[in-house]
Amino acid sequence: MEEARGAAVVIVGGGVTGLSAGWHLAQEGVDVLVIEKGMVGWEASGRNGGGCSHHHSPLFLEEQRLWPMMDELLGYPTEFQPKRIRLAFSDAQMTLYARAMRNAERQGFRTDVLDRDDICELVPLAGDNAVGGYFYHFGGHANPHRTLQGYAWAIEDHGGRIWQRCAVQGFETSGGRVTGVRTDRGIVGCDHVVIAAGPATGALSAMLGQEVPMAAARAEMIVTEPLPLMPYGGVDGNGLYGRQTLRGNLAYGGGPHEWLQAEGEAAPPKPSTPLMGAIGRRVAELFPKAAHARIIRSWAGVIENTPDGRPVIDRLATVENATVATLSSVGFGLSPASGRAIRDLVVDGACGFADISSFRLERFADLEPNWRDLQGWKARAAEEMEAA
Amino acid sequence: MPSADAYDPKSVAGKTVEPSERAQVLVIGAGRAGLTAALAAAQSGLSAVVVDENPVSYATMGEDVPLHYGQGMSAASRNGNAAMEAFVASEPLIEQAFESGVDLRLRTACWGLYSPGPGAAWLPGTVAGLTDGERSWLIGAEHVIVAAGRRDIGLAFPGWDKPGVMGATAARMLAARYGALEPRRVVLLGTTAEALEAALAIQAAGGEVVAVVEQATAPVGPADLVAAVVEGGAELLLGHVVREVLGASVEAALVSAVDVDGRAVGEERRIPCDGVVLGVGAVPVIDLLDALGCATAFQPERGGYAPVVGPDQRTSIRNVFAVGDCAGIWAAKSRDLAVADAEARRAVAAILGDRGGAGVEAAPHAVIPEAPAYDIEAYRLGWVRASVVEARGEPPVCQCEDVTARELVEVRPPRYLGWTQERRNDRSLRALLGEGLPHPDQVKRLTRAGMGPCQGRRCREQVACLLALQSGERLANVPLASHRAPVRPIPLASAGQLPEAPAQAEHWDSWFGMHAQWTPFWETPARYTVATGRGSGPVASE
Ligand SMILES: Cc1cc2nc3c(=O)[nH]c(=O)nc-3n(C[C@H](O)[C@H](O)[C@H](O)COP(=O)(O)OP(=O)(O)OC[C@H]3O[C@@H](n4cnc5c(N)ncnc54)[C@H](O)[C@@H]3O)c2cc1C
Repeated sequence: MEEARGAAVVIVGGGVTGLSAGWHLAQEGVDVLVIEKGMVGWEASGRNGGGCSHHHSPLFLEEQRLWPMMDELLGYPTEFQPKRIRLAFSDAQMTLYARAMRNAERQGFRTDVLDRDDICELVPLAGDNAVGGYFYHFGGHANPHRTLQGYAWAIEDHGGRIWQRCAVQGFETSGGRVTGVRTDRGIVGCDHVVIAAGPATGALSAMLGQEVPMAAARAEMIVTEPLPLMPYGGVDGNGLYGRQTLRGNLAYGGGPHEWLQAEGEAAPPKPSTPLMGAIGRRVAELFPKAAHARIIRSWAGVIENTPDGRPVIDRLATVENATVATLSSVGFGLSPASGRAIRDLVVDGACGFADISSFRLERFADLEPNWRDLQGWKARAAEEMEAA
Repeated sequence: MPSADAYDPKSVAGKTVEPSERAQVLVIGAGRAGLTAALAAAQSGLSAVVVDENPVSYATMGEDVPLHYGQGMSAASRNGNAAMEAFVASEPLIEQAFESGVDLRLRTACWGLYSPGPGAAWLPGTVAGLTDGERSWLIGAEHVIVAAGRRDIGLAFPGWDKPGVMGATAARMLAARYGALEPRRVVLLGTTAEALEAALAIQAAGGEVVAVVEQATAPVGPADLVAAVVEGGAELLLGHVVREVLGASVEAALVSAVDVDGRAVGEERRIPCDGVVLGVGAVPVIDLLDALGCATAFQPERGGYAPVVGPDQRTSIRNVFAVGDCAGIWAAKSRDLAVADAEARRAVAAILGDRGGAGVEAAPHAVIPEAPAYDIEAYRLGWVRASVVEARGEPPVCQCEDVTARELVEVRPPRYLGWTQERRNDRSLRALLGEGLPHPDQVKRLTRAGMGPCQGRRCREQVACLLALQSGERLANVPLASHRAPVRPIPLASAGQLPEAPAQAEHWDSWFGMHAQWTPFWETPARYTVATGRGSGPVASE
């Protein structure tokens, strides 16, 4: 076991946010150490839909710019595939899905509106039940597992370090600075700390005197056996997100999430449930020609969310040298860009390529203290569970 | 101002899961242990529903579900009615169960078990997902007894994916229960009690066991069983492995002696045969239990990963019990049905106790496994080293996804990606693992080994052995690759028949359905409060 040698930048959390930040820093020669309590990408980062189409975000342009280069930049395959098709099965869906078109157009990206004939041609597994759809000439999807490991290996290729199975328990501070990170392997000195610990970011930032308000929820996905590849794997809609993988499997999710009680040190439990059926039905509607395809797995992941569902990438006000980063439930796709923004905050003190003022913690200054209750983001109480 | 006691309408709150039927006791598996439990439950006045996927169709057998049939079934098993008759006739307790009013449903598979608990607080109690091949539905159960039996460890060598290479449990099932074992002259690998029992069943059904090939220098199973199989005409080849299977389907096995390191030495010998039976190890079928979240542990005395059960066969989930082979496999249990019977009766007695009943069913003594007669870790590692690692050529370890041992330990991206850029460092298993223990799920995610439709049934133990060999760790320390529902592949259209609460359909969204989340950044307000920022009206997450 490696001794607790310090690092210039210690990153707490080996999910996609921490790893991307670590990679951006390491490739500039910054001495980084990522500390992950479990295995890299074991939580939400390795359980998500792989979607990379976040046209509402100030990081969108950078997300779109970097993804097509990621295989090359990392040196490992991410399975990134550009573009996205979204099918609507009601007029209401068609109307709501137009927002992406408007948002993207404003930022210089094209969208085609699809009729039934177009859909037939572009989506071989579709039927004639869609009312219409969109072909977004932006966005895309990648394989989370491969991408996460790619970030981790690339960090090591650039001389950065990753400790797995090591939990950060607290911080050492002195003179308004974080001087070290307390772990079960001892204290690790640092010049700067990045907290990118997913749902645990809230509790860890609170230890430094400024809590990022957060709640955690569980959501589910299913995957089928492989089917012949469609020309574009990034087909979703009908209340689902997901993709056909390059192996041919249909991997989709959607539907209700379950708010969780704040957990202690242990990795949060994340069972899957019979929601599988309801997701399956919607996948069969999306792809009537795949209705026979068999579901071979379902799984769940635990997702981080801030009160408004928007990211926090900011320096803490309480200490000089701590950066917090959470992408609030859409962090996979944005990761190439979020890591760069974090790097900028750590090294330059401000993000140099995008206006991320909407990610500041300050926006919660007036937040109601009982915001979780007000939003109904409540776990079912334990007593109720017992009684049921 | 939103009310502080309302739940988020986009969450699972209020989206009740309604099972379409309910049982006091659900028994999964109608083998000896499951039937004994169901009969005991019925005799004690409990209503029991028993499901078993068998006799599965010929097509399903062809996919190696639930056992590694390896296309070794004869045409006899194509006839569904005949298969059903043979299956029922070969287990007298089935008839007895029907007569005793047990609600026994054959050809009904259980693909998932779910219980309320942390992370799934909204489930209405324990439910099981069932399918009869056409329909899927949910059954609620107050108590569940899992009696899912055993399956065979796969073992790669060149040609092990050819028709006629099959598991010992599968071969025994075909010979003894269906009368439908196609191969007539087989070579058996392994000398475990379970392998030898399969050999005897094959011999009893008129088949010939030409050779018993054992990598170890002495048989590991009971001596009297070895003697009986040899008596029946089998040649015992100790310190040997199968190097290759010849023919489009099995025509002959090439065997050779191995040295202590598992390397082939000396002349190869060609043994004509039409089947190769893998008897290297039988393991408890724990897919449902593990996916449910029951504690499991590597327990050599129980044949490997098995549920952690108390003296009442109770798992870590209070109303869920494991009996028969799925609770542990050891030689004495494999040879004496009374052991599984006792487990079944203990479980039913415990259920009666839980229900506050007087315990009509007198509980037999708790069943304690005997100490293992051999070191199963060393034995299994020995086989994988000699057969898989030292294989000539590169046979697939994972047949579904076509992943070889080398690709696995080098954590290579799947071939279909055509990834040739082997840029900087060596990206071996070591690099992946750092100083930690290998986790098969990591390797699965990156290589796809174990990710196919057979859900790892044929490769998971081999993968664990390869990780142990490569990392120098004990096999017992290699974590269990996770099981996930559905443990049987279920068509989208069939899964889609599960009922859905109207509130779920009404509020369905791809993601959290938050207005504020999707407000484009150029429109976001400087401050967020619930009162001002939450938004209302229709929304689709992006
Ligand atoms: C089912 C599902 C589908 C999704 N679909 C998409 C999608 O299509 N597109 C998209 O962009 N996003 C999607 N997401 C969201 C996305 O996965 C997350 O936003 C993202 O992975 C968050 O990454 P993270 O690194 O911030 O957090 P995490 O992945 O949660 O990583 C945080 C890490 O910190 C570690 N940690 C916590 N506490 C400590 C400690 N004290 N010490 C050390 N380590 C600690 C944890 O173990 C964890 O590994 C989906 C998520 C799920 C679950």
